[in-house]
Amino acid sequence: MRQQNQSKKKVSLFITCLVDNFFPQVGESMVKVLRKLGVEVDFPVDQTCCGQPAFNSGFQHDAKALAKRFLSIFQDDNCYVVCPSGSCTTMVKIFYRELLKEESRGLELADRLASRTYEFSAFLTNVLHVEDVGASYSGKVTYHDSCHLLRELRIRDEPRKLIKSVKGIDFVEMNLHDACCGFGGTFSIMFPGVSISMLEEKIISIVESGADTIVSTDMGCLMHIEGAMSRRKIPVKVMHIAELLASEL
Amino acid sequence: MEIKKLEFKKQSSTALTDQNLRKALRNTTDRFRASRKRAYDELEGFEDLRNRAREIKKETIENLPIYLGMLEGNVIKTGGKVHWAQDGEEACRIIVEIARENGVRSVVKSKSMATEEIELNHALEEAGIKAVETDLGEYIIQLAKERPSHIIAPAIHKSKDDISRLFSEKLSIPYYTEPEQLTRVARERLRSEFLSADMGVSGVNFAVAETGTIVVVENEGNARLSTTVPRVHVAVMGIEKVIPRYGDLSIFLPVLVRSATGQKISTYVSFITGPKRKSDMDGPEEFHLVIVDNGRAKILASEETRESLYCIRCGACLNICPVYRQVGGHSYGWVYSGPIGAIITPQLLGAEKAPELPFASSLCGACKDVCPVKIDFPKVLLELRKRVVEGENKDGRGGEAGLLERLLVRLWRISMESKTAYSLLSTLSYFLQFPWLSKNRKLSSLPYPFSEWTNDRDFPAVAKIPFRKRWKEISKI
Ligand code: SF4
Repeated sequence: MRQQNQSKKKVSLFITCLVDNFFPQVGESMVKVLRKLGVEVDFPVDQTCCGQPAFNSGFQHDAKALAKRFLSIFQDDNCYVVCPSGSCTTMVKIFYRELLKEESRGLELADRLASRTYEFSAFLTNVLHVEDVGASYSGKVTYHDSCHLLRELRIRDEPRKLIKSVKGIDFVEMNLHDACCGFGGTFSIMFPGVSISMLEEKIISIVESGADTIVSTDMGCLMHIEGAMSRRKIPVKVMHIAELLASEL
Repeated sequence: MEIKKLEFKKQSSTALTDQNLRKALRNTTDRFRASRKRAYDELEGFEDLRNRAREIKKETIENLPIYLGMLEGNVIKTGGKVHWAQDGEEACRIIVEIARENGVRSVVKSKSMATEEIELNHALEEAGIKAVETDLGEYIIQLAKERPSHIIAPAIHKSKDDISRLFSEKLSIPYYTEPEQLTRVARERLRSEFLSADMGVSGVNFAVAETGTIVVVENEGNARLSTTVPRVHVAVMGIEKVIPRYGDLSIFLPVLVRSATGQKISTYVSFITGPKRKSDMDGPEEFHLVIVDNGRAKILASEETRESLYCIRCGACLNICPVYRQVGGHSYGWVYSGPIGAIITPQLLGAEKAPELPFASSLCGACKDVCPVKIDFPKVLLELRKRVVEGENKDGRGGEAGLLERLLVRLWRISMESKTAYSLLSTLSYFLQFPWLSKNRKLSSLPYPFSEWTNDRDFPAVAKIPFRKRWKEISKI
């Protein structure tokens, strides 16, 4: 990306449709943390959905239309694009290039966007070089590796460093930390039985870790995990990493 | 061989209710996984080996006709015969023919996915030829008249109890419970089969183009017996099993064995180059290599999914797959199961025969991470999903997606293409949710299809003020 007007970094928020409609507090927490770290934050108001649900369901034609729309909205090369979800970041960073590989103009735009798009925790650690944002939270916390973040974006230690730097936290690694929770978007509705069996194994792992709070980087996974824990009345708190990092800032 | 439409959803639902099966799956996949990890951690440069293995596979698959031609030439040079089969039926016909010409009455087989795929046992039986599986797992499956449920552990779905019962019933022996006793019985029975068989059929792990050597990797020794004791040896392979050079084995053998069982080296590795020579003490008088296409050429033609042919059948992707772990191999409906089954079955049989399989994955990508040849499963699955939806022809019509589904996606897309429509949809959902909203601000019993979620999980409520509306306030601060 082009050299940023130094000292102040500029970020365009890419708020996923899930966060926008169901968990707006996650977006707010992100803004809070980024501003605390001296970042200038903007929110392109025309954004809707990156197209991932259609892409994952095989409707690539429809996904492509949304990808192009997205590219036209996040055009400003002077801004980083930061997103509170590993899978939506993957969509933009990796799958857009796949989707637009036959269109030279689209591919070029996708390439440029990919190079300045970051998942939230990766942005903090790898671009801002911050590990301790100054938050505090008291509790025993465990971390769930979201699949796309871990395996497509290869981000594993970054969120852990951020969590461990929060004052008052007792971090514990759960047994199946990198196993899929069974969400997988429409997978959870197409194959509910398989999805729930996977989720149940995950929940056992969370409970056995003894943590009172589970943190992750993706509201997809967290909504899935929380959905089952609340149904089963398991008193473990579910938190997006942005919410944790915004605690008592 | 008529294959019905495979029904993953139905079969997996049944599998999920089988507690014994799930326990067996968990135990075995955990064990395999742990040993693979140990083997991986111990070997420095494993990652380099995987990269190298992928490169060689890529090179081979991109130049497949050349290497297959070379293989054929060299097998013939060493006194063997080579047969080409377009599909399973042709392959079976060829093998039955070889058996007839040699007056074969009984055949011993060592485990081979390719012969499972072409349903050779059935064909031999129809021709009045007895075929006995000699791999312990396969032997169990054959007795039970079932199909294998794992690439390298075919009877993974059976408990010790199941096997004790099966043996006592089918072999008229007491109900033995010790695995050692059961293995001893099987070994005794199989010994006489080896000695009386006129023909041995084996699979092929690797076929070296440069020398015409076929390599068979195993732990029980039954493949070695099957390929050396009977007069005739027939090896059956898919076209993708060829590798260019003898030296490549120094890459493939360690990655295969470590990925499969976590061993450093397997108990037996047989290198077979042609039939018995004059100077040899023993070995078969005839060696036949049957090279089967059975749908592979079609995979080869597709740039997007070609890498499915890199697979060396180690089974690591099955062991790591959270879906396979819950539902087992039979849910996948055909010989190949787990992630590799999900990608090659729809390609070999055609997307219309297995439309659910490309969707039977949460796209978690764990398979890609363990695969010794680094097949990019999510990428291939997404391409296959597209084919199911759009149809295999490029005009984007005629796929399996129903009209209603298409309509819904189109409506959804239209509402995502305009800020106003998107906003409207979100406000609408906020108001529409009220009848289902529970006291704790959760949705716990939504109508179909969302009930597929809420039967077992709560769904969060739509926020009253979404982020984009809050932004006006936030941006001022
Ligand atoms: S796809 Fe990869 S991991 Fe799976 S069986 Fe084949 S080689 Fe092994």
